[in-house]
Amino acid sequence: MVDSKMVLTGQTLAYTLYCIVIILLVAWFSIKVTGKGNNLAVKPTLFYTFVGFLTVLGVSLHLITYNTIPWAEMDLHRQDYKPDKTFVITVKDHQFIMPSEILSINVNDKVLFDVKSEDLTYGFGLFRADNSMMFQMQVVPGHRNDILWNFDREGVYTIRSTEYSGPKGVFMIKKDAVHVLPAINKN
Amino acid sequence: MSFTKTLLNGEQGLFKSETLTPMQKLTLRFVVVGLIYFGFVVIEGMLMRLYEVKPLPFITEPQFFAILTAHPLVGIFGSTYLIVFGAFLFLVPFLMKKPLWSIKLGNWTFILIAIGTFTFWFAGFVSHYAPLYTLYWPLPADFKQFSVWGGTFFITGIALVMVGSAFFVINIFKTITYTPEGWDKQPSKALLASALGITGFRNLFTKNKKEHIVPLPVAAVARGSVDVALNTAIILFTGVLILVYMIAAIMGFDLKSSAIDALLYKNWFWWGLDLIADGLVLIFVAGTWYLLATMISGKPLFMQNIARAALLVELIVSWTVWSHHLLSDQAQPAILKVLSGEMVTAFELITQGLAFFITLATLWSARPLKMTNPLKFLLAGLLGFALAVPAGIMQADVGLNRILHNTQWVVGPHVHVAILVGLNMTLYSVIYILFPIVTNGAKMYSQKLVNVHFWCHLIGGIGMGAFMGMAGLKGMLRRSLYINGEFNLYMIFAAICGTLLLIGFIAFFYNILMSVGIKGVIGIFTPSKLKTKDLVPAN
Repeated sequence: MVDSKMVLTGQTLAYTLYCIVIILLVAWFSIKVTGKGNNLAVKPTLFYTFVGFLTVLGVSLHLITYNTIPWAEMDLHRQDYKPDKTFVITVKDHQFIMPSEILSINVNDKVLFDVKSEDLTYGFGLFRADNSMMFQMQVVPGHRNDILWNFDREGVYTIRSTEYSGPKGVFMIKKDAVHVLPAINKN
Repeated sequence: MSFTKTLLNGEQGLFKSETLTPMQKLTLRFVVVGLIYFGFVVIEGMLMRLYEVKPLPFITEPQFFAILTAHPLVGIFGSTYLIVFGAFLFLVPFLMKKPLWSIKLGNWTFILIAIGTFTFWFAGFVSHYAPLYTLYWPLPADFKQFSVWGGTFFITGIALVMVGSAFFVINIFKTITYTPEGWDKQPSKALLASALGITGFRNLFTKNKKEHIVPLPVAAVARGSVDVALNTAIILFTGVLILVYMIAAIMGFDLKSSAIDALLYKNWFWWGLDLIADGLVLIFVAGTWYLLATMISGKPLFMQNIARAALLVELIVSWTVWSHHLLSDQAQPAILKVLSGEMVTAFELITQGLAFFITLATLWSARPLKMTNPLKFLLAGLLGFALAVPAGIMQADVGLNRILHNTQWVVGPHVHVAILVGLNMTLYSVIYILFPIVTNGAKMYSQKLVNVHFWCHLIGGIGMGAFMGMAGLKGMLRRSLYINGEFNLYMIFAAICGTLLLIGFIAFFYNILMSVGIKGVIGIFTPSKLKTKDLVPAN
């Protein structure tokens, strides 16, 4: 499965390329608009082509990500999936109250994290050892906050609140709290 | 002229505040105080940039988050609202060729926003009240963490700003529709219909097409003002709600915070708050680009009718996009995430792209143009939004939001590039083009300083956004602290770019001060000796 790190690499490349192109375009325009030349009007065809391009781009971005980012479809339809494991976590007074000190998962497990806040709005995110983000969600009091994630490789992950809940929220970190272990043969 | 004389009297002594009309003084007051508040924002931003590299010994963590709370609010209300409202209170009568409906109300707008901003900034500074601008329920009413008195003054300050904003909206619509004394009766309903786009909409379905009687930039101001009004109502309502909890706490009652549904609150608050970021800012900016392009080029706007229609689409889009802020809220209905959060939000790529194209095409029709200060800053403003809007569209995606939400990506390449480069450069373009008009022909002190300001701001703004974005892609959260220097490399580069922004601002501020002189600045705040409602002196 494509990892979230890979998705971000793709995004970085695409956006960097776009930035270079648009900066060069505006620089080119700045030179040309002040340079000698005929004051020709822009043809409406070019305008409508541009509008069409933007429309295709705007819509296709979401269609592409929906069909290529592995968690997008599962996230929107998570009620249709049966999780292999469920962890119910409570958050209160800027503390994660976990079902166990270490949450153990096996590779290829679909895991549901069901996080409940008893006071403020928090966040819930899993981070790799290099601090990069695996995923996150908001944790809103009085509502169900659940995320289904398919773990396809071994690793150790840290839980961190991803939403500001006052200065104390900065320290809402459970270091190395999630361990993804080798797969179990389910047959 | 000697340095001291220029500092006192301005460049060549050309700026004479006693020759200013009440309208010119009003506009300049808005701009001067707006720029002072921008100075607050730059300094606060720089302090936070340094703190992100290494915690500063004289700033505590609660103080850091109090700065983080005040920073965007001072930037939006104290700086941007003041400069934009000041410019529009001048431009709408200028374009409608009639006096402002009420200069007195304009002054009240200025006073309320200026005092309101200082009130919430000072309340945050003293009490460290820090629920951030998002005010996620029940954080603003969490009196275990925050001072109830500090919060009360903070919210009161915001409420004053909102009342000032409401006065601005009334003044704008009254100016468009009223009949000045001694004039023939103005068709107020037709003017309002044209300003809001109802005329243009009717024209789509009738053969008997009516002429647009309100200039396009005024239509943009009117439509953006609709979002200002709605936003004002939502923020005021939310402020009153929070104040109820605060006053109850002061009186010794502990109201249950669970009485308010946190998700419903988040939806209405973001609906209102997003009318700024995805509503009035984009509409005002598009209208300002069109005005600048026609003023700079001296040509009619390219595809004017499409531009007018796009402004109406943008207004409707702005009412329906809020859900992109709730893509990571799992209780938010999926249909809202996809329709409002993704699809309608994608329209902003189209509407803003159209504005970008139309502005460039209008400028192109007049080539060769001279690279004046307004043109230079306008092009930079266009570039800012061209960089920032797609960054926003990317994060407004169900899949990508899962790994981008609340990271530095959101606040770097999207928010800061949009505001610092897109919005601010556009505002600077307006300031440079209006400067000779509102000062009766004062001259800029130094073109070199203008260039220093331009390049420092452009490189600093894009650079800071880029390094914040890189950190975000590596997992760095916003609204958080990394005290072990996990992202120091990116934060050091971001701080260097922040320093460039600071240098740019100092160059600009010094240049303006030397252009109008200290006496001139003081003169702006004294009552005008001219008893006229005209925008500029008659002769």
